[in-house]
Amino acid sequence: MENKDVMRAEDLCFTYPNAPKPTLKSINLPIEKNKITALIGPSGCGKSTLLRAFNRIHDLYPGLKYEGKILLQNENGNMDNILELKKETDLVKLRQRVGMIFQKPTPFPMSIYDNVAYGLRLAGVSNKDELDGKIEKALQGAAIWNEVKDRLRSSAMGLSGGQQQRLCIARAVALKPDVLLFDEPTSALDPISTGAIEELIAELRSEVSIAIVTHNMQQASRLSDYTAFMYLGDLIEFNKTKKIFTNPSEKMTEDYITGRFG
Amino acid sequence: MKKRFLLNKIILTLSTLSAIIGLGFLFWILGTLLIKGLATMNLSIFTHDLVDGGIRNLLVGQFVMALIATFFAVPIGVMAGIYLREYSNNGKIAFVIRNLSDIMMSAPSIIIGVFVYAIYIDKVNHFTGWGGVLALAIMMIPIIVSTTDNMLSLVPKELREAGIALGGSKHKIILQIVLKAAKVGLMTGILLSFARIVGETAPLLFTSANSQFFTFNLNDQFPSLTVSIYNLATYPDQESKDLAWAASFVLTAVVLVINLGGRYLTRSKHK
Repeated sequence: MENKDVMRAEDLCFTYPNAPKPTLKSINLPIEKNKITALIGPSGCGKSTLLRAFNRIHDLYPGLKYEGKILLQNENGNMDNILELKKETDLVKLRQRVGMIFQKPTPFPMSIYDNVAYGLRLAGVSNKDELDGKIEKALQGAAIWNEVKDRLRSSAMGLSGGQQQRLCIARAVALKPDVLLFDEPTSALDPISTGAIEELIAELRSEVSIAIVTHNMQQASRLSDYTAFMYLGDLIEFNKTKKIFTNPSEKMTEDYITGRFG
Repeated sequence: MKKRFLLNKIILTLSTLSAIIGLGFLFWILGTLLIKGLATMNLSIFTHDLVDGGIRNLLVGQFVMALIATFFAVPIGVMAGIYLREYSNNGKIAFVIRNLSDIMMSAPSIIIGVFVYAIYIDKVNHFTGWGGVLALAIMMIPIIVSTTDNMLSLVPKELREAGIALGGSKHKIILQIVLKAAKVGLMTGILLSFARIVGETAPLLFTSANSQFFTFNLNDQFPSLTVSIYNLATYPDQESKDLAWAASFVLTAVVLVINLGGRYLTRSKHK
């Protein structure tokens, strides 16, 4: 039981700076190993806030407050509470293990090669051959190698939106993270690019555990193994995706997925 | 109905007239400069110093002071801008610095000249090129601060977060990604502020003053194109007046070219 979850939020509360009330209220959510967990819910329900707590990217901005625990499995199979990390170097290590893909593609203003190399270099990879190999593998892993292999040295800004997003995935995958967090990764893309990204996410499942925030109910049902439905900072229901979409136990979940509100 | 059409006509006429008056003066200035400047222009002024009736030393001196001022002002201004945008969290200190910087930017340039005179020139008791450099740098810093602040604010916060999410530390992300993303805007801002200070007279008038001779010695009076124009134009002889026109023409052309360069940079960014 213990080893099935790579990450787990336990009684997690989160309060934004100067907010009178917590945005997340006592959330308990497991992220199972090599599975895809979807977070759904209406805008403002806290699903992105929860996702952003998992790699503590919130900590870029001062004045916020965590309570409870977020556990992450370490190499020995034990669970460490990542909310106890204080030093920047520890947070850097955490983020190397828990990567993140954003809503809008965020290529850095440099070449395709350097985009993927950036994280690797930060992680201390400096050998040219090793870099080349890892970069090729990551780009292949993100199903973009064939499109960019002849122009690795040209700027990443020249790629299409869908390609940029796959490049960002390659960049994250290159670090061999344990968990990848996707924050509405396809909401800025056209249907064809969306299809490609979804396919890619499904394939990545064998290497990495995935949590994905999405507004697209079909996407959640197509992609994920587990679904969590959130509303106003509460986790209303968490279960196998099939169960959530066919026979939810909560009335609210049913209303939301059938489009009666939200 | 009729009243609306009439009102429309009146407003249209008035605004067109205002535009013509405004632009008219601009073209008048440029036209006069072009005519007088070209008439008095002579390639030999570029190969002779002021003492021999040329502007070579003046042009070099003006640029040397402006370049050194830029050299000092850019790092200070950019770092202050980085502090404001990336580290201050828009707190009280940032509010004070931003406002002070804005006030500094609109301070009359002669005030800055007087200030440098009081704290430095008056103490060493003679005009020096460094005084001019200092005054120009003081003029430039707030412009660079505000440019940096604005350009960094245009970099989407997702880009910073993406860098952090890949395991970067904050300072690395700022230096390696955010500055790179803002590079074109920063370069443009620096270029435009350079164009602004290179044409300044008042901050140099009683700091670097002027020199007739070619020199790179910043510990002495230093040749300045703008101060020379100011001096030459008030001399009674026609030769000096002609040289002042030619110098004005050259200065205007230089500033115009730098400005156009800056604009071109910005435009190529949006392509």
